[in-house]
Amino acid sequence: MTGETAPRYLPAGEAALVVEFGERIDEVINDRVLALDQAVAAAQLGGVVETVPTYRSLMIHFDPRRTSTSALIEAVRALNPASAPRKPPLHRVIPVCYDPPFAEDLGEAASILGLTQQNIVALHSGALYRVYMYGFAPGFTFLGGLPDALAIPRRATPRPPVPPGSLLIAGGQALIASISMPTGWYQIGRTPARVFDQSREPMVLADIGDTISFERIDAADFAELSAEAPNGVGR
Amino acid sequence: MAWLRILSAGPGATIQDAGRTGYLRYGVTSAGPMDWAAFQTVARALGNSSRAAAIELSVGGFSLCAEEGALVVAFAGGGFDWRRDGRPLPPAGRLTLRPGEVLSARAGRGGAWTYIGVAGGVDTPIEMGSRSTHVRSGIGGLDGRMLRAGDILPVGPGATAGFATDAEIDAPWLGGGRDPIRVVLGPQDDYFTSAALAGFFDADFTLTQAADRMAYRFEGAAIAHARGHDIVSDGVALGAIQIAGDQAPLVLMADRQPTGGYPKLGHVILADIGRLAQMRPGEVCRFRRASLDEARAALREMDQAIATTTARLRPLRREMTSAWLLANNLIDGVVK
Repeated sequence: MTGETAPRYLPAGEAALVVEFGERIDEVINDRVLALDQAVAAAQLGGVVETVPTYRSLMIHFDPRRTSTSALIEAVRALNPASAPRKPPLHRVIPVCYDPPFAEDLGEAASILGLTQQNIVALHSGALYRVYMYGFAPGFTFLGGLPDALAIPRRATPRPPVPPGSLLIAGGQALIASISMPTGWYQIGRTPARVFDQSREPMVLADIGDTISFERIDAADFAELSAEAPNGVGR
Repeated sequence: MAWLRILSAGPGATIQDAGRTGYLRYGVTSAGPMDWAAFQTVARALGNSSRAAAIELSVGGFSLCAEEGALVVAFAGGGFDWRRDGRPLPPAGRLTLRPGEVLSARAGRGGAWTYIGVAGGVDTPIEMGSRSTHVRSGIGGLDGRMLRAGDILPVGPGATAGFATDAEIDAPWLGGGRDPIRVVLGPQDDYFTSAALAGFFDADFTLTQAADRMAYRFEGAAIAHARGHDIVSDGVALGAIQIAGDQAPLVLMADRQPTGGYPKLGHVILADIGRLAQMRPGEVCRFRRASLDEARAALREMDQAIATTTARLRPLRREMTSAWLLANNLIDGVVK
């Protein structure tokens, strides 16, 4: 572990502990989060209820009737996450339609970025993404790996709701939305895949730490793939 | 087997159990009761498991009845106006509801959330390990939605021996109280100026209309950031006090998202989260800094108090009058 800074242990009330490895979106930091997440799960620490890996920290929710912040910090310090066998990341290919009416903001994004719509599609569908975390809503996927050329500022005011399965970009980040909602991001495509499905293992498109790429499909493929999904494209 | 029928339901009535665990990492909200202490008091009074599901109500009004047999029910939380067939009941109690009798609740002198449980628990389907409703994502409860008139709630098997006497629950731990709401600092208290932190603990805060199961927004002193108001998203726990660009405290409640991207100054301690939840818009509170040890001691004290529930049941007077209710100094939900 030489060269790595020690994590910060920060209380989040008396029933949660944040183990923070950095303040940036960074693959190395996220790897350390995931390694600790696996080490905590493997150690079956008493009183731990569940863990939430994020970009740069692990939140450990615990039962304060069974353990304490200080006891948990001590137990976590004693773990050696580097020695835990890391689950090999899987790669998943997600179909995305970048054609109208599935790419509502593509034209707008193109004029702001000074690119053609074709450029944006080529860049977005040509990149390799990493799933950093989930949050906001069931299956709402936060990705890293968006090409710098697609770094577009967030909108000053939110746009009307995007449908579930929308591919969103803004602030140098990429998302897959799992629910319909107004957003300050730009909707440049949509996947017919069911983004969150309780009856599937995993319920989400990919585990945290897995990689994703997007395969371009046309509107006819979209309709066909949507029809194959028994419950449509997620709620 | 007997069941409960909802006769009327204002907005905000949902099925809740102790909350959904294990899926936060996939973006699934935990939900669960807004006032866990009131919820657990009801479970205790009924001899139910601490994970049994009950009905959470807000100030919109609600009524139900038992069908195909009598059911033992209990209610507690906030200063709600409970009635059986129109006759006043105390703000917390346990009674046998016979077919044809109507139990109703409406907003009383204070409080924002109240609970009604049934011996054996509400037996709606378990979804992702829990019966808790999260309306925003349509998960749990009855079809992931709020309850409405005509809904029928199945009841699980429960022991009701010894529950023959209708009883009032004397639960002083559910009283409003005007002591400051206690707060443990972190994880991002270093994102605020020391003057802002001092101001947070030295000002009156008024709950705004923006108060729901997801979050309570307060206004009072402006809490200035020292290092900007955007952070790279991290986890969010119950009671987190998030300060966004508007510099106003937003306390994240039962339906909070599992992660968030604003600095969190501190967390309301678990023993005080129900008291905060019971505030109504326009009511005023103060916050006081507490240590983790103090938070743990307060939680232990609250747990011990709730454990005395069955010892604090008193036979219910058959006829209760408004004068009796006033004389008994009903819970006042105002927190100062």
